[in-house]
Amino acid sequence: MAFHDPTADALQAPARPDKGRSLWTDARRRFFRNKAATVSLIALVLIALFAFFGQFLSPFDGETVDFTLIGVNATQGVPSFETGHYFGTDQEGRDLYARTVQGTRLSLLIGLVGSLVAVVVGTLYGATSGYVGGRTDNAMMRIVDVLMSIPFMFVLILLLVMFGRSLLMLFIGIGLISWLSMARIARGQTLSIKNKEFVEAAVATGVRPLTIILRHIVPNLLGVVIVYATLLIPEMIIYESFISFLGLGVQEPNTSLGALISRGASQLGNGVPWQLGFPLFFFVVMLFAFFFVGDGLRDAIDPKDR
Amino acid sequence: MLSFILRRLLVAIPTILILIVISFVMMFAAPGGPFNSERPLPPEVMANIEARYGLDQPYLVQIFTYVKNIVLHFDFGPSFRLRDYSVTELIAQGFPVTLTYGFWAFLIAVVLGVALGVLAAIRHNTWVDYLATGSAIGASVLPNFVLAPILVLVFTLWLGWLPGGGWNGGQWQYIILPVIALATTYLAAIARITRSSMLEVMNSNFIRTARAKGLPMRRIILRHALKPAMLPVLSYLGPAFVAMITGSVVIDVFFSTGGIGQYFVNSALNRDYSVIMGVTILVGVLTILFNLVVDILYAWIDPKIRY
Amino acid sequence: MAPLLEVEDLRVTFTTGDGAVNAVNGVSFALREGETLAIVGESGSGKSQTAYAAMGLLARNGRATGTVRYGGRNLLELPQRELNKVRSEEIAMIFQDPMTSLNPYIRVSDQMAEVLMLHKGQSKRQAVAEAARMLDAVRIPDARARIGMYPHEFSGGMRQRIMIAMALLCRPKLLIADEPTTALDVTVQAQIMKLLADIKRDLGTAMILITHDLGVVAGSSDRTLVMYGGQIMEEGTTDAIFATPTHPYTLGLLSAVPRIDREDEELLTIAGEPPDMSRLPPGCPFFPRCAFARPENATLRPPLVTLPDGRRRACHVPVEEILARHEAAQ
Repeated sequence: MAFHDPTADALQAPARPDKGRSLWTDARRRFFRNKAATVSLIALVLIALFAFFGQFLSPFDGETVDFTLIGVNATQGVPSFETGHYFGTDQEGRDLYARTVQGTRLSLLIGLVGSLVAVVVGTLYGATSGYVGGRTDNAMMRIVDVLMSIPFMFVLILLLVMFGRSLLMLFIGIGLISWLSMARIARGQTLSIKNKEFVEAAVATGVRPLTIILRHIVPNLLGVVIVYATLLIPEMIIYESFISFLGLGVQEPNTSLGALISRGASQLGNGVPWQLGFPLFFFVVMLFAFFFVGDGLRDAIDPKDR
Repeated sequence: MLSFILRRLLVAIPTILILIVISFVMMFAAPGGPFNSERPLPPEVMANIEARYGLDQPYLVQIFTYVKNIVLHFDFGPSFRLRDYSVTELIAQGFPVTLTYGFWAFLIAVVLGVALGVLAAIRHNTWVDYLATGSAIGASVLPNFVLAPILVLVFTLWLGWLPGGGWNGGQWQYIILPVIALATTYLAAIARITRSSMLEVMNSNFIRTARAKGLPMRRIILRHALKPAMLPVLSYLGPAFVAMITGSVVIDVFFSTGGIGQYFVNSALNRDYSVIMGVTILVGVLTILFNLVVDILYAWIDPKIRY
Repeated sequence: MAPLLEVEDLRVTFTTGDGAVNAVNGVSFALREGETLAIVGESGSGKSQTAYAAMGLLARNGRATGTVRYGGRNLLELPQRELNKVRSEEIAMIFQDPMTSLNPYIRVSDQMAEVLMLHKGQSKRQAVAEAARMLDAVRIPDARARIGMYPHEFSGGMRQRIMIAMALLCRPKLLIADEPTTALDVTVQAQIMKLLADIKRDLGTAMILITHDLGVVAGSSDRTLVMYGGQIMEEGTTDAIFATPTHPYTLGLLSAVPRIDREDEELLTIAGEPPDMSRLPPGCPFFPRCAFARPENATLRPPLVTLPDGRRRACHVPVEEILARHEAAQ
């Protein structure tokens, strides 16, 4: 029994052992008992549907400029179902609904990509550091410490300025930041896993370190990694929006929620509150939803961590 | 204690140097960098730069000169875009503004955050706790670029109480909204951390001992519980400091305070490399020094840390 | 003479997410001045919560009812300010885990001195000097020099000595010791028990000694009270309890004590698990694990009966039957 690693079995055979299954069923039950988390999950699904299919519900795209509306936006660009501009228009006479769909989509993508990089790079880095231990561990974590103590937003902006403000650069930059805290968390978990019997058994039978990390350590990190990945998504979205708010992120005609909020905020004095209100609404709801889902997942998967 | 500080400094100094060198290397690696710009620089600026950086020298010498100027003379070189301005002059103009409201925001976030957290913890599961915790969750999710427009909408456009921007020599009316916009998120986060660590400490065995000794609640909280409860807060202050410095860029831009963030963003839009680098290095140094202070505080509070 | 401490029908209930947990269910006992009472039971028997309730130290979600009479007043109804005067000055307490019971962030001198400054109005200088004398008295070597150290610089046994010294600073009439030796090494255990015995001899302090280990009780207490499921199972002089246990649970506890004179005997433990305090059975709480159990005991709770010799027991099984088994085992 001491040499039994339930997750390793799960990877080899499609049928999980009963114990493993009940663990995840348990987690699911705990998650759905949390009302805030359940509602948030539904909200996220709706927002995702909105972001990826919302454009089919509107006759307008986000790029066509309606010159008749420029300058009279405050009176003529009001949100209305009759004109088909559900969310009104912006100061260039573009349909705000289509723009919001576009911006939400980009913000979601940034969050997901950033989080994905964190999961892959951070988990492997942290697991390796924790598993190898000793001097290597010290050095690897010292690097993370140093990188974390640098104000990354500035470096990211520096990067964007030097290598051009492209979407790709933005993705790379966000990915560069995101893995640091994940590496720390993964390392901490690895330290506690690496002395378990099934790992020692694998070591004793001569399994190569890389295989041990991938087959035995990483699958056992999964629960914690999922929780923090979820909590990272809103953080990445905030990073991107922050940069776009300053006008240093996505470039027109592309847009993100941060860019839309920035334009909305700058138009505040012109009597077009919807230009701030709609993007802000989606932004805030999305952040809260991710936060509560992450929180609910943490309670469900890692109840001791409270 | 002194040797502890010295040893931490010994780590901090190379980190700062590495930061400077990396920024410099990045400047060279950049396609369309300052020295082979597709848009040629004005000749007098170009001459300035060439003289300053010794462009005819090998890279290593250039880096050395750059680092030496910063370390010895606090001299980041001339601006690439603004004629007649050196980076140091720009920093000297903007930094005091950012520092003023940043200082108040940081102070308020820490003091009020800790007070709220302690209050919520000792009134655990009462309406005080629920109100404090609820609003803290709300506030800690809202970034300052969302909060700032909302504040202006309410206090400037609707109520007309406070100016929605400008600095005006740092009159108090102009400081309030930037301070609130910058502090709120971190105030909330500090309150949450304080509350949960305070709750944990209040359940610990040594607090039970203190109660059994017949100490009044006030003394138990202030003398026995607060210090250990502050340790998690302290380790959050480093990241909070970085986040607030970063957030100040948004505040400077949104409220047009004339703070350093405004120069930073303008330089970023204009590709004024030397200013961006100067600000980045300055912020990096500040951060590293602040973390040093936090480390020292930590060692001072926790007797188990051996210097 | 009126007893020093009189507990009557003490009940402790904790409200939890899964319903009410009844940790103590109607406990009554009395303690004379200078007497040592041992309260014995497994973990979860309610022995510690009885003491915490008396001192007003229950966790936030706990409520105590009944009376704990001390000096003519009911401690359970005392306002916080009055209760704080009783703590330390009249009744002091030491705890199971000396490693965590001292504040790790405050020097020992300050932790001890604040007791005297607060309760006796002494100056800091006086208080530290007296605290050092007390550390001397509990035989901490080089006390004057070491008093300025932090708790983590002392060993576990030393820390328990510091706890004891701190508890004695105001010369309390009653010292409650909650599992004082459980977390310590065996040799250190004996030293601490010796110290407690010396204190009792020199100062005449009454003690309540809470423990799960009957071996600790034997030489160090006048009377013993056996608890199970938050109720009293049996109470009597310690000698009588050891010589003639009249309750199946006591019998079980006694056989769980290793004995040097009987090598051949295997160590008996009581089969089964301690009861779930949120769902106590209506009858005898010990019923599911009792070797003498009869079916009717499952529904009928045995009353606590006082025997002619002053002992009390709560059991349906006749005394003779249990004594017979006890003698057979000897």
